Amino acid sequence: MTETGLALAILAAPFGAALLLGCCPPIRRAGLPAAVVSLVGSGAALVMAVGLVSWLWRGALYAAEARVGPVYGLITGLIATVPWLPQTGAAPLATFGVFVDPLSAAMATLVALVAFLVQLYSLGYLAGEAPGALGRYYFYQSLFAFSMLGLVFAPDFLQMFIFWELVGLCSYLLIGFYYQRPAAAAAAVKAFWVTKLGDVGFMIGIVLLWGKTGTFEFLPLFRVAGQGALDAGYFALCMGLIYLGAIGKSAQFPLHVWLPDAMEGPTPVSALIHAATMVAAGVYLVARTYPLFLAVPDVLTGIAWIGAFTALLAATLALVQTDIKRVLAYSTVSQLGYMMAALGAGAPLAGFFHLVTHGFFKGLLFLAAGAVIHAVATNDMFQMGRLGGAMPKTATVFVVGALALAGIPPLSGFFSKEAVLAGVWRAGLSVPFLMLALTVLLTAFYMFRAIFLTFYGSRRAAGHPHDPPAVMLGPLWVLAFASVGASVLGTEWPRLTFAQFVARDLGASLPHGPGWLMPLSVGLAVAGILAAWAVYQREALSTAAVIAVLGPLVRAVERGYGFDAAYAAVYRAVLLGGARVVGWIDRYLVDGVVNVASAWTLRAGSGLRAIQTGRAQDYLYGVTAGLLLLLVIWAWA
Amino acid sequence: MLKAYLLVAAAVFSIGLFGVLTRRNAIGILLGIELMLNAVNINLVAFARYGGSMAGWVLALFTIAITVAEVAVGLAIVIVIFRVRRTVEADHLTLLRG
Repeated sequence: MTETGLALAILAAPFGAALLLGCCPPIRRAGLPAAVVSLVGSGAALVMAVGLVSWLWRGALYAAEARVGPVYGLITGLIATVPWLPQTGAAPLATFGVFVDPLSAAMATLVALVAFLVQLYSLGYLAGEAPGALGRYYFYQSLFAFSMLGLVFAPDFLQMFIFWELVGLCSYLLIGFYYQRPAAAAAAVKAFWVTKLGDVGFMIGIVLLWGKTGTFEFLPLFRVAGQGALDAGYFALCMGLIYLGAIGKSAQFPLHVWLPDAMEGPTPVSALIHAATMVAAGVYLVARTYPLFLAVPDVLTGIAWIGAFTALLAATLALVQTDIKRVLAYSTVSQLGYMMAALGAGAPLAGFFHLVTHGFFKGLLFLAAGAVIHAVATNDMFQMGRLGGAMPKTATVFVVGALALAGIPPLSGFFSKEAVLAGVWRAGLSVPFLMLALTVLLTAFYMFRAIFLTFYGSRRAAGHPHDPPAVMLGPLWVLAFASVGASVLGTEWPRLTFAQFVARDLGASLPHGPGWLMPLSVGLAVAGILAAWAVYQREALSTAAVIAVLGPLVRAVERGYGFDAAYAAVYRAVLLGGARVVGWIDRYLVDGVVNVASAWTLRAGSGLRAIQTGRAQDYLYGVTAGLLLLLVIWAWA
Repeated sequence: MLKAYLLVAAAVFSIGLFGVLTRRNAIGILLGIELMLNAVNINLVAFARYGGSMAGWVLALFTIAITVAEVAVGLAIVIVIFRVRRTVEADHLTLLRG
């Protein structure tokens, strides 16, 4: 068994489950057996992914202690491919396979862990669903786990694009899981279309890159980029287009509008796809192909600016949401902005580290929010309140997740956010840095606004809420411990640090900021928490008064800065207007040409029928005249 | 001497063509066609006579045989048309008018 074989086995486990559920309707319709099949698939993937990481880790550790060159000797990664589109006399046009390195292995472990926990949690969350719906749900879940792992292990752009679209499909199917609800169906379509907008750019970028280099595979492309053999402007265009795909998938400005609506799906789906894994695929794409982006510094700077702006924009939007899931959705957009900003600032390790810790604590927050929604049967935070007493365990894990998200030491979010801020500061991007620092304050405020409104405060939720069953609490505890424990990855404590492992370089480390950075970010986070406490717990400051002062601004934020309205207006103006123009052209120009041609044909026919007299001798006159004409021509020629 | 034969043949052909074009009676048209065919026969025989090849004789015999068949079919058609339409005037037979 090799590393690549193990990676293939990781892919095979959820694929087998999805195949079985997809092709065997009796199992799928039975409900619970389908859940078992899906859980076995993702559980096996999880065990093997952990094995793969520890395998690579042991090798890296050995190499680190022996001090032999680059850690693990994995300069090229471990690749196993089969030709997919062979060419005669040349390397295959496209291959399929796996690319195993610490980055993909770590990402696969995160994906498999969250997927397994979410599937387990869903057993409790969706216990009330009909067996057929439950089976359908687990079929989609297995398909998603397979697609996401395939994306993670992809060794070339083409395979990555295929799995990229597959996870998009699963996202569409799962957002629309409650397809009887018009809002869910509309949100699914919206998510599909908005992400497709970016994917078109992704595809064009891949093809343009292939047109110049003749390969889709990462390693040859890295080599080409390293040699600087490509025309800089053309290369920047390709990478910018590829980044467009990441904009769509990772909900960056201006394509962030689909993610909040995607919350129409079941909450576990939001936790898995729209918080921890699929939306991070854009970040993973940039991290995976980072050597290519390094060759186009302008694009990287753009990524940093867009990321930082997205982080701030989404954080302000999260401030006014009343739906607890939409708060978390905007928070996800904001945190994805952090990751992108780190990548753009030349700190991919910080970005990837934040991806991992965010996967844990945001998955935790969503699942905990799901437990709350499950208990009180509403998403509206203003109909909740003082749930802390009724659901102490849920409240505890939610606060743990929120503290991690706010960046309070010693939780994992503190280390990763710190690294991101340090990376952006080190890159000299002062305005993006200020945006991100302000976002730290806003993040702490909106998270604790949600906590005080939901779990504390003066109102009391209706009914008799209680903590969820063990099958839902278990994943919450695991993720809570992971949210705390992942901080180990940010410290120097292990003999081999996470940064050295992922970067395959003993010299690598997470960025360190200047001395004032840590007090600043923690201070901002604490200030945000205290402000939320003052406004929503002590009610020292009436929200109505704030809204009265900031009137137009608040209303603008409540409308999401009018992005949806703007997209709708653009849609009406461009698409419908364009359709009207095209319709006019079709009706009057195209049809006009056809009508004129047919009318002339008819008229010419009725004119020409006069020469068809029906008298045989008239025809003979014609023949004779023709013969004479031929004779004259022949005589002259 | 070949030229004389050819001139005669051309004259006969032209007379036949004139008859075909101007006669209104279907039987007259058939007669015109016979004249044109016989002009061709004269040509064939003349070329055979002066060219030293037997092909002309053979072709002329063929033409005579085919002409007989043609006349038989043509007259039969004329008779059928007369039974149906009670006329053999070509000007009145205009069923194919557009």
